[in-house]
Amino acid sequence: MAKQIYWEDVDVNHELPPLPKIATTRMLVKWAGASGDFNPLHYDAAFAAAVGVGSPIVHGALKRQWLVQLMTDWMGEQGTLKKFACSYRAMDRPRKMATTATPEEGETWQCKGKVTKKYIDDGQHYVDCDIWIENGKGEVTTPGTATVILPSRG
Amino acid sequence: MLADEVAEFIGKSIGNIACEVEKGSIKRFADAVEETNPLYWDEEYAEKSRHGSIIAPPGFFGWPVKLPPGLTFQRPTDIFDPPEVAEGMRIALAKAGYANVLDGGIEYEFFQPVKAGDTLTAKSMIKDIRGREGKMGKMAFVIIETVYCNKKDEPVAIARATAIYL
Repeated sequence: MAKQIYWEDVDVNHELPPLPKIATTRMLVKWAGASGDFNPLHYDAAFAAAVGVGSPIVHGALKRQWLVQLMTDWMGEQGTLKKFACSYRAMDRPRKMATTATPEEGETWQCKGKVTKKYIDDGQHYVDCDIWIENGKGEVTTPGTATVILPSRG
Repeated sequence: MLADEVAEFIGKSIGNIACEVEKGSIKRFADAVEETNPLYWDEEYAEKSRHGSIIAPPGFFGWPVKLPPGLTFQRPTDIFDPPEVAEGMRIALAKAGYANVLDGGIEYEFFQPVKAGDTLTAKSMIKDIRGREGKMGKMAFVIIETVYCNKKDEPVAIARATAIYL
């Protein structure tokens, strides 16, 4: 695990280390099984075409969990995620598989975040962040916000 | 703006299910996300942490196990009890011209970590339904609020999911 970050270490506009992710058809199948979301929109090409989205799309809730990981990796074990929100504004399409375990060449998504506010409330040291996912073209498909409590050196 | 037949569903309860938070299901969830945090599967490591046991990634609330086949293998938040209310809302929305649904997003408030071995109760209600004109024509935003409580009946999290009907 990365070194613990403290409230005193961050200022407004501090950027979180980006978390790269590659959505693949394989990952979407694993997510379907782990989350219980078996909508064929996410793994059946003919179904996705028939309902008008063209090809299978990444589950919104999987993108949500990528952003949760962005926050929990950054805040470290002594940090606490208090609030989290995101909205699914644009569709993302997984890479197809080249082998059973490796994807074809293609898009990599970047989960990113930036501190927007730091404050103390009731003795707890809070940090608010804007968070988002950028697709391979750098477009934001999944914006959100998060609030964490960080440990203090004080 | 919303038809009365739709608005009357606001405030109704749609779910009350028990979810077991089992180590294997936490591991499978973390693997699907490609999580790297040992708190989610390394028992020895997690016992030495401030949590004292394996925890679930925020956003995982276990798996319903006391349900008949067919109900178990879907998203826990898609299991309705009684089913008539959620179904009635969908029919009312379809009659009002909102036949399709998109997952709009979610917000969470977390009160304490979900630990391996917990059994959570998930109580869901239709918190709000709002009509709006957007780029894609008229839309209805349905907010489903789910409160998750642990065995001691302490809230561990509240989720507010937005379904966009259009």
